[in-house]
Amino acid sequence: MIVSKKWMGRFIALLTGGSAIATFLMVLLIIGIIVHGGAGHLSWDFIFGSPEKGMTEGGIFPAIVGTFLLVVLMSVAGVPIGTITAIYLNEYVGQTSKVGRSIRFAVNTLAGIPAIVFGLFGLGFFISFMGGGMDKVFNGGTLLWGQPNILWASLTLALLTLPVVIVSVEEAIKSVPRELREGSLALGATKLETIWKIVLPQSMTGILTGAILAVSRGAGEVAPILFTGAAYFLPDMPNQLTDQFMELGYHIYIMSTQSPDVEATKPIQFATTLVLLILTFTLNFSAIFLRWHMRRRAIR
Amino acid sequence: MTDNIKISSKDLNLFYGEKHALRHIDMQIEKNKVTALIGPSGCGKSTFLRCLNRMNDLIDSAKINGKVEVDGQDIYAKDVDPVLLRRKVGMIFQKSNPFPKSIYENIAYGPRIHGIKDKRTLDEIVERSLRGAALWEEVKDELTKSGMALSGGQQQRLCIARAIAVDPEVLLMDEPASALDPIATAKIEELIWQLKETYTVVIVTHSMHQASRVSDTTAFFYMGEMVEMGPTQKIFTSPSQKRTEDYITGRFG
Repeated sequence: MIVSKKWMGRFIALLTGGSAIATFLMVLLIIGIIVHGGAGHLSWDFIFGSPEKGMTEGGIFPAIVGTFLLVVLMSVAGVPIGTITAIYLNEYVGQTSKVGRSIRFAVNTLAGIPAIVFGLFGLGFFISFMGGGMDKVFNGGTLLWGQPNILWASLTLALLTLPVVIVSVEEAIKSVPRELREGSLALGATKLETIWKIVLPQSMTGILTGAILAVSRGAGEVAPILFTGAAYFLPDMPNQLTDQFMELGYHIYIMSTQSPDVEATKPIQFATTLVLLILTFTLNFSAIFLRWHMRRRAIR
Repeated sequence: MTDNIKISSKDLNLFYGEKHALRHIDMQIEKNKVTALIGPSGCGKSTFLRCLNRMNDLIDSAKINGKVEVDGQDIYAKDVDPVLLRRKVGMIFQKSNPFPKSIYENIAYGPRIHGIKDKRTLDEIVERSLRGAALWEEVKDELTKSGMALSGGQQQRLCIARAIAVDPEVLLMDEPASALDPIATAKIEELIWQLKETYTVVIVTHSMHQASRVSDTTAFFYMGEMVEMGPTQKIFTSPSQKRTEDYITGRFG
């Protein structure tokens, strides 16, 4: 009996330890394969060049620029709305109030919706309804806004990443001590002045963290932009809101499924994936660093 | 007599949900005097203090009835803006709470909010307030240093300077020296004596020695009631209530 208990313990330790190591190895394997396959192809010409010869040669610069513009527009739309929501949840409704709980429930639900649903929603709401409506009212029916473009794609993505922003900003706002708010109010400051001059400056790192996490999440998503604005190949960079754009994740998807010669694009696929990974890892690590910095300051 | 009354409460009751935290408080606080509120923990003295500048408004579960008048004006009347009231009735907290800004910005915060933009006026206010809080000599060469970098006693005096920068008439102090060492406490107490020339001071304190050193009048709170109020000298030598005597002689609390 005692012996079998001992062996049971060892077995559990082996099982849990083995699973943990397997997970770790999987990550290493994925990164290893991508680095092995893509590092050789990485060069300045690749990063700053355009795709050539049916994407079997050349670079990915238009996709990098497209991704960059996409996430910038997404942040411009999503971060203020997320921040304002977080302020409202924390400063204006109580933790236990019905309104607060319903909004939190909505935010959590939003975070659980599959990305492709956002893509379809973007197509139906932004492009057909908003864009189509704008064309009818302002353009006499000529198609301009009612088709996929970088604006609708970034708004769709902003919707998808909204929960990330709200949660990060809320965490930061919560960490502002009550004493500081009371100190400000006791001097005859209004609630708004207190939020604007004390709470928000103190939450700046949290807002930044939220923005970075949203960007790193958004930069890797393909499904939401599939129908809303990403393009197969474009010779020109997007320079207005009604332009379509190329994007890294979408580019990988295109090369691996739609290219006339999938085999020939393999090195480029690997290298593009590597660039995307480096981009999101860098963003994630800077968010972790900012958070660590914020915690340290909060303890002091 | 009424000319000297700065604050008075009439049959003031406060409930935290079901809990009757303040019971029928009638109190008159004299102008340019230091009034100490003493009593065991949870007796309602801090709650009462926070009624005087409507800081309890921030607590959702707190319900108030009765009257509090400042200069004869009912501060809970519908047309009274608590924001303006708090400008007139300032507050110093138990835990010093300087803003994470420079010493200068800490003091300029209030005046700026009330619309003062002129740099020279702000400079004057900062110097006058820091002098008023007996801190000027110690920090005059490092006004750009963070307020958080000061020692505990200095931080509390910075908070006093910040409070007087908006020109209040009353200063409410909620155990302002409870977290300080004896030397820093002595400085704060000395300061309180000076402050009463300009301001009406109401101070909540746990320390009976402090109450006897700094106050002119003392009120004893117990279980949400004000048991007794009178000249500090009399309260500490010959209180008329048994409960007061038991408390100050250390038999409970």
